[in-house]
Amino acid sequence: MRTDDLVALLARGAGTEPMAVPARVWAMAVAGGAVAAVALMALMLGVQADLAGKVSTLAWWGKAGFTLAVALPALALITRMARPGSHVGRLPVALAAPVAALWLAAAIQLAGAPPGERLALVLGKTWASCPVWVTVLSLPLLIAALAALRALAPTRLALSGAGAGLFAGAVGALVYTLHCPELDPAFVAVWYVLGIAIPTGLGAAVGPWILRW
Amino acid sequence: MIGGRPDMVDDEHRLKMLMVAGLGGDEAAYRAVLGALARHLRGFFRRRLASRPADCEDLVQETLLAVHTRRHTFDRSQPLTPWVFAIARYKLVDWLRRHARQDALHDPVDEWRNDLAVEGGQEADTARHDVSELLGTLPAKQREPIRLVKLEGLSVVEAAERTGLSVSAVKVGIHRGLKKLAAQFRP
Repeated sequence: MRTDDLVALLARGAGTEPMAVPARVWAMAVAGGAVAAVALMALMLGVQADLAGKVSTLAWWGKAGFTLAVALPALALITRMARPGSHVGRLPVALAAPVAALWLAAAIQLAGAPPGERLALVLGKTWASCPVWVTVLSLPLLIAALAALRALAPTRLALSGAGAGLFAGAVGALVYTLHCPELDPAFVAVWYVLGIAIPTGLGAAVGPWILRW
Repeated sequence: MIGGRPDMVDDEHRLKMLMVAGLGGDEAAYRAVLGALARHLRGFFRRRLASRPADCEDLVQETLLAVHTRRHTFDRSQPLTPWVFAIARYKLVDWLRRHARQDALHDPVDEWRNDLAVEGGQEADTARHDVSELLGTLPAKQREPIRLVKLEGLSVVEAAERTGLSVSAVKVGIHRGLKKLAAQFRP
């Protein structure tokens, strides 16, 4: 086929192209994935009994704020990655900042605790299930975000997949805070971060073959 | 410094205006911008794959198909050429990766024979894929909209009447069909 013929073919009847397609794609993916995560949490885990009491504490807001502070730059990262020619810019700094702040809070808490109680602070009561549930709750959004990326045009596939996993993991962690009884920064700094890192790694691993176009 | 040369800046400005008009439904402008991009892309791929001109034209066409089927990811507040060449680079890297794998499996003599065969019958601006052949591999509800609108030049409404499909089904069929054709460029 001659290239001129292809150009003519593509242009013929091309019509108008609406402007806000990517915004719509992302809005649907985020809404669908988040609703599915909340439903999954409500069905399989249940909202914790004294959530109302916890919500009034600074520690709960710190935990939820950390997940949001990761989720927002992660969403910015994947929406950029979905457009060819855009750059990550300062987003790595924006993503590292909440993790650094959380680790600092954990270090302060551990430094102030008696040596014999430090391990108990880190492990809490639910360390073994926390990363697993964060990962499980992130899966609907990971799938939705990968599907959204497939409908757009990512050119850095592993990074885009990792970004999708990071965003899904952070929102999964946010949803998990509705169930999770743990409030210590030392706990969150290890197990929430691990729970977010698992879908991030998963996304980075599957990105190069799922996102190819 | 790509942005520094006045002719490039000029081209960017002109191409972007054409693209924006094209996305707004101006078919002649869209055709003009795709034609100009084809020339830029040919230069881009030939500089990088000097020894394989026939593969270059495959890549030009694959990239044009990608530009067209992914045009909704172009942000009209941003310059056009970085978007286009990011797609071209992606297609080139994908091609190189694919061929590194294939070459590892190939007998070197076969590869040499392929190169000879290619050199014989190829026009400079012709890719090896034939659109009517490729169309045959698509399901009817994608093939017919593409054939009627893209090859016979009917409007979407006329194609909808002819096929009994809805207008949006014709549009979706064209979009999905072209995406599938683009995928056939990379076996």
